[in-house]
Amino acid sequence: MQIYLPIAEVSVNALLLFGLGGAVGVLSGMFGVGGGFLMTPLLFLIGIPPAVAVATEANQIVASSFSGALAHYRRKTIDLHMGIVLLAGGLVGSVIGVEIFAWLRAVGQVELLVRVCFVLFLGVIGALMFVESLRAIRRARRPHRRKLHQHHWIHGLPFKMKFRASGLYISAIPPFLVGVSVGILAAIMGVGGGFIMVPAMIYLIGMPTKVVIGTSLFQIVFVTAFTTVLHASTNQTVDIALAVLLFIGGVLGAQIGTRIGLKLPAEQLRILLAILVLLVGAKLGADLLITPDDPFTIGERVIQ
Amino acid sequence: MRTISIILTLVIATPMATANEVVVAALSQNRISITANFDGSEIFLFGAVKRDTPPPPGDRLDIIATVAGPLEPVTVRRKTRRFGIWVNTQAVEVDLAPSFYSVAATNALSEILGDTEDLRHKISVDRMIRSVGAPSDIANAAEFTDALIRKRRAAGLYSSRLGRIDLTEDTLFKTRIALPANLVEGNYSVRIFLVRDKSVIDAHTTEIPVQKVGLGRWIYSLAHERPTTYGLLAVFLAVITGWLASVLFRRAS
Repeated sequence: MQIYLPIAEVSVNALLLFGLGGAVGVLSGMFGVGGGFLMTPLLFLIGIPPAVAVATEANQIVASSFSGALAHYRRKTIDLHMGIVLLAGGLVGSVIGVEIFAWLRAVGQVELLVRVCFVLFLGVIGALMFVESLRAIRRARRPHRRKLHQHHWIHGLPFKMKFRASGLYISAIPPFLVGVSVGILAAIMGVGGGFIMVPAMIYLIGMPTKVVIGTSLFQIVFVTAFTTVLHASTNQTVDIALAVLLFIGGVLGAQIGTRIGLKLPAEQLRILLAILVLLVGAKLGADLLITPDDPFTIGERVIQ
Repeated sequence: MRTISIILTLVIATPMATANEVVVAALSQNRISITANFDGSEIFLFGAVKRDTPPPPGDRLDIIATVAGPLEPVTVRRKTRRFGIWVNTQAVEVDLAPSFYSVAATNALSEILGDTEDLRHKISVDRMIRSVGAPSDIANAAEFTDALIRKRRAAGLYSSRLGRIDLTEDTLFKTRIALPANLVEGNYSVRIFLVRDKSVIDAHTTEIPVQKVGLGRWIYSLAHERPTTYGLLAVFLAVITGWLASVLFRRAS
């Protein structure tokens, strides 16, 4: 069933979009990531112009993460205080990110830098998570006492806040900065940023895994909604027809994914996410290294 | 129906003052509508050669028809290896290239059309693109235009359909030009050339608008005329969809 997308100006198979939305939605629900880091390259692959793919993907993430966030809200696995601090940082970050993006575009190397960013972040984060979850699994097999939480320099910072749901009493500065950097990366790379935020929350802020995913989804809903409106009003690149098809698959997938995620032990969930992140990173990295079939590319059509 | 159209176009056609052979032509439709389930289309083009005197003997008569989408600037980039990774290092801005281009003719272009005539009327795909300059710092700019043509041919956007015009009795002709699904909105120009002895002796030009209709049109207009409202609508739809799914699933479990 072919459908002509009015903004992207291409004709694509509706069932294919529905399927892509569903598959990415399952992962989104399982891991608390928006799925943008998978969906955006997939949309490029099926011929959606990059500018439309990035903007519409932001819109799709709103739907899937909202549905996921609601499910977590009911289970009380969202730390609202932490979410709001992250969100405040995220909004600041996305404004900065949009500026950086415009500058990169003027320099003319946006595609390369986005790719390099993806490879670096996916590679480093994937590797860190992989090693850490392996260690965690080994620890779990050989039971030994763990400290409730470790004390280091982060606990010396001012503006301490109580994050009850996370059981933390720490400065608001680290989560705010995490929000800012995720916001910047989200705007540059056209993703929700969950794959960066989830590990940052676990390893930098020290939040319990139980509330990490819900809180991450909570922040993603608002940041991507903001990005969608920004893209729509400045570039007119959000394709509602494309978005709706992705929504339907995406939200159904996210609900299924959330259920799977609750059944799997946290360490295994993390190792799966790490493998996924590494695979995508490796694919993008290989694209940079392997001699392309055709060294020529045609620039995006300028949409008047 | 066809005869009526031919008669109609006889009236509209603007003959060249000096030629005693004039081409008249019409299209099967006067606009292309892009609907939500648009999956490509086809233009049926037909016409006749009108002459006051008997045709000159010997020389063969040929017809060339072209359909061109809106002209727009295109940047073609080339990757080269820098520090081990493939980077876009060179770019050529093709000032104007049609988003779609199709040439149909009664025979191979090289056999029926002279180079200077091709250059003057910009008939072949190569001439249509190469008609613009490239920056002087790039040595082999032709490779970039070749790449553009190659890629657009592969996408079905540029095509040559030589030998695909039926010409009957050196008078009546007809052809079909296929339009792909990834069509861009705008006015498509249709040109018909009458060629004798490798020279164009008459030409007929018309336009066919390609437009989105229905829901697609509405979405496109809203996105461009009220972008912020459109953005908020997009977010609203996302939230509603997410909420609905969440409620439905809670009931189900």
